[in-house]
Amino acid sequence: MAEGERKTALEMVQAAGTDRHCVTFVLHEEDHTLGNSLRYMIMKNPEVEFCGYTTTHPSESKINLRIQTRGALPAVEPFQRGLNELMNVCQHVLDKFEASIKEYKDQKASRNESTF
Amino acid sequence: MAAAQAVQEMRTRVVLGEFGVRNVHTTDFPGNYSGYDDAWDQDRFEKNFRVDVVHLDENSLEFDMVGIDAAIANAFRRILLAEVPTMAVEKVLVYNNTSIVQDEILAHRLGLIPIHADPRLFEYRNQGDEEGTEIDTLQFRLQVRCTRNPHAAKDSSDPNELYVNHKVYTRHMTWVPLGNQADLFPEGTIRPVHDDILIAQLRPGQEIDLLMHCVKGIGKDHAKFSPVATASYRLLPDITLLEPVEGEAAEELSRCFSPGVIEVQEVQGKKVARVANPRLDTFSREVFRNEKLKKLVRLARVRDHYIFSVESTGVLPPDVLVREAIKVLMGKCRRFLDELDAVQMD
Repeated sequence: MAEGERKTALEMVQAAGTDRHCVTFVLHEEDHTLGNSLRYMIMKNPEVEFCGYTTTHPSESKINLRIQTRGALPAVEPFQRGLNELMNVCQHVLDKFEASIKEYKDQKASRNESTF
Repeated sequence: MAAAQAVQEMRTRVVLGEFGVRNVHTTDFPGNYSGYDDAWDQDRFEKNFRVDVVHLDENSLEFDMVGIDAAIANAFRRILLAEVPTMAVEKVLVYNNTSIVQDEILAHRLGLIPIHADPRLFEYRNQGDEEGTEIDTLQFRLQVRCTRNPHAAKDSSDPNELYVNHKVYTRHMTWVPLGNQADLFPEGTIRPVHDDILIAQLRPGQEIDLLMHCVKGIGKDHAKFSPVATASYRLLPDITLLEPVEGEAAEELSRCFSPGVIEVQEVQGKKVARVANPRLDTFSREVFRNEKLKKLVRLARVRDHYIFSVESTGVLPPDVLVREAIKVLMGKCRRFLDELDAVQMD
């Protein structure tokens, strides 16, 4: 079903010896839907040196998303920013879509009226 | 000058060559092109982005999304197919099935029937809950018995005349309200979407008597929960004539593309080809089979112009489905933002 039974949906894995600027996030119950769109938003951030994601195995429903930042910026920051920006994009798409649907329906209604 | 044009083409067009496709991947990330500022800018995105609805009726929707990247457009498509919830038959309690269709085949067919119930008014069933409550379950009863028709003609061989109730359709499914569902849902609103889907065929003496439980689910779990017949997108075609095409070649060119794409006009006595409506083309690439013409045309697609086509099974109108899909993606982002906040709290 939709919700997983695990309590943790998000894990952070860091290689020993590196500081917080390169981190691999493990997102459970996710696939290319969120992975690819999030990767795109994070790559658009000029502070990010590397961002990529993989599905570990088709039988397992999780993705590994790795972020490396240039400089000393902690990797959590572009991750959070990418999520926020993706939400803003979705909100804007939703607003524009609803406006467009409403306009289409109004146009059709006025066209129907004018024929009678 | 030519270099700048080539860079523009690389950034904005996916080019279909004779033997392959070029410039497929998105490359406009910060630092890839000198002289371009590709960092994410919400204002620039909002200025460039637009949605145009081309066609909308009760079951299908065609709309254009311009100014967005493939990753996000594909996310919407994937969510429409697999993560927008619907109600469908999950458990079938068979009291009597003497028909020729096996129990499990019958149950599988019943699961695939689209149920006209707004899934937003229901909740997911809890794991391990066998009975189901009124907030997460819908019950349907199917009870059909086939008998011989006593008034049929002696020598008739038409099953419609000889037998009564020999075809079991979805219109024989009756809704059994649970708890307060009878007050919440007026008579006739909870039903299968189509009442003429053939479920099974019977002969005299055979009977089907069963009870169905519908639950809320998503397409990722089982395809019966998918709310769309299909949802797909294509990129807007972009056909450019590299040289003027005249005379007989113009006629040949117009035959290489779908009808309406290339228009042949009479200009000063000569026939000249002009690209009239590239949107109609299905890119059969017939032009590459013609030695003369293949050098005169460039086939490409506009990278950020998506023509979406959503066909609903009837559970929800297609514009509601797109709206729900966008909300699902927002829900996913919010879930991880909340997780991050929770982690940072400790």
